[in-house]
Amino acid sequence: MSQSTQTRRIEAGTTEPAWVRYTLITVSVGFIVLFLVLPLATVFTEALRKGGEAYLAALQEPDAWAAIRLTLLTAAIAVPLNLVFGIAAAWAIAKYEFRGKAFLTTLVDLPFSVSPVVAGLIYVLIFGAQGWLGPWLQAHDIQIIFAVPGIVLATIFVTFPFIARELIPLMQAQGNDEEQAAIVLGATGWQTFWHVTLPNIKWGLIYGVILCNARAMGEFGAVSVVSGHIRGQTNTMPLHVEILYNEYQSVAAFAVASLLALLALVTLVIKTVAQWRHANEVKAAESAAPERVSFEASFV
Amino acid sequence: MRLFSGSSGRRAHRVLPGFGITLGFTLAYLSLIVLIPLSALLFKTFSLSWDQFMQAVTSPRVMASYRLTFGASFMAAAVNVVFGLLIAWVLVRYDFVGKTLIDALIDLPFALPTAVAGISLTALLASNGWLGQYLEPWGIQLAFNPNGVVIALIFIGLPFVVRTVQPVLEDAEKELEEAATCLGATRWQTFARVIFPSIAPALLTGFAMAFARAIGEYGSVIFIAGNMPMVSEITPLIIISKLEQYDYAGATAVAVVMLGISFALLLLINALQAWQRRLAGAVA
Repeated sequence: MSQSTQTRRIEAGTTEPAWVRYTLITVSVGFIVLFLVLPLATVFTEALRKGGEAYLAALQEPDAWAAIRLTLLTAAIAVPLNLVFGIAAAWAIAKYEFRGKAFLTTLVDLPFSVSPVVAGLIYVLIFGAQGWLGPWLQAHDIQIIFAVPGIVLATIFVTFPFIARELIPLMQAQGNDEEQAAIVLGATGWQTFWHVTLPNIKWGLIYGVILCNARAMGEFGAVSVVSGHIRGQTNTMPLHVEILYNEYQSVAAFAVASLLALLALVTLVIKTVAQWRHANEVKAAESAAPERVSFEASFV
Repeated sequence: MRLFSGSSGRRAHRVLPGFGITLGFTLAYLSLIVLIPLSALLFKTFSLSWDQFMQAVTSPRVMASYRLTFGASFMAAAVNVVFGLLIAWVLVRYDFVGKTLIDALIDLPFALPTAVAGISLTALLASNGWLGQYLEPWGIQLAFNPNGVVIALIFIGLPFVVRTVQPVLEDAEKELEEAATCLGATRWQTFARVIFPSIAPALLTGFAMAFARAIGEYGSVIFIAGNMPMVSEITPLIIISKLEQYDYAGATAVAVVMLGISFALLLLINALQAWQRRLAGAVA
């Protein structure tokens, strides 16, 4: 009897009275509805304000199509390059000990702390008409700034750390034991990576790629500096949204924006699934004993 | 049994192939994309004399933009600390309908392009918008002035605080709270003296991350700010407008100031995270 009172008191002491709980939940949900749900809903209601036909018409416009194509092209170049970099950097940093490793890890994160506008500016300073390589590029009739290569470069810069920073802690937690076993058993380095490492980091990789892709398709500040805003040629989707919005073509602007918002929602869904699996990968890596044997891994 | 341990650990690392090629590629790519372009910024700054540099970075219009950028970023990060902690707490400790959905939505600001956030917040808060029309009669204007900047930055920074505090709260040991209760602490005392100290480093880290992100933010802010010189013009916009006037040296000077502040914040965040890990290590 006294024990159950004790338990009840402890329970009461490790949670809050119901009215406090409900107040906190209400305030939190209210804040999220106000700051996250309403802006998201606004995108779609504004896009459909003049009906479905106006919405579709806005999306079928040639300049909108050109912007969509450029955005897809940019992501199709930037994401794979950063993927290869992410895997290489994670392999070097997580699997080996060397001097300056902590410093290198900080440098990998560096682009996150640089303002997107500054990220665009540095490429203008190198490749622009007044820049280091400007005269040489002009002499050879190569255009990088105010053209597609500049947009791709700026996008690579701002999405640079996404995949590496997901993989480094994951591969560090997983250690080298499984890879060493594979090598000792005669696998080549490539086979080891493909059959041992990759299955272990799969969800972390997907998580990184999906966030990298969302940022690559949605980047505004950096791309805005290097793009030159030529309609139909150097306008990505976010830049096209800006132009339409500034021209008071609200429905068209929100129509293109709604595609980006849909992309964000798809990203969130895949991210939630990947994050859940990714957490399991990390947990499996952390809970596995150092002497875990390979058949255990095949059950994970 | 570990076959490779202790002093032979170094040999064990060499078993895995690919160190040379992966590190080489990492360094080459890092240099090409990040380090060489960033150094261009510094070299360009050296083309200015000290007086020119100081003039560019301390002109009244630029100073006003620092005040707005840092003030609004600080306020937004502070709001995010309060609501971020609250949301993280509710998500970790309580069960309610739609919790999974809310949890997934927290990352919306990471996934939604900033320009989209900018125009939709503006449409929402302008005097004819969904919310703006109800605030207008009260004399409250949230768009096209510094208030709008703060709101956009709250949107951008929210996930940083929630996502740094959430895992720490999840790992917090309930036994400590039970012990505190058994020793006669009230729930509030337990929170203030037991729980809060253990999540304080994470809260500070989240604050610093939200603040750092807010300082550089451009896309979501420029639509809602109104961009009036001396009043609602953020520092990244100053860089853009200097560029548009072909004042490359001036743009670079302001960019260097921002970059310096970003570096300082990056180091601070690293130090805070190290502190947090030490604290977690001490508990475990």
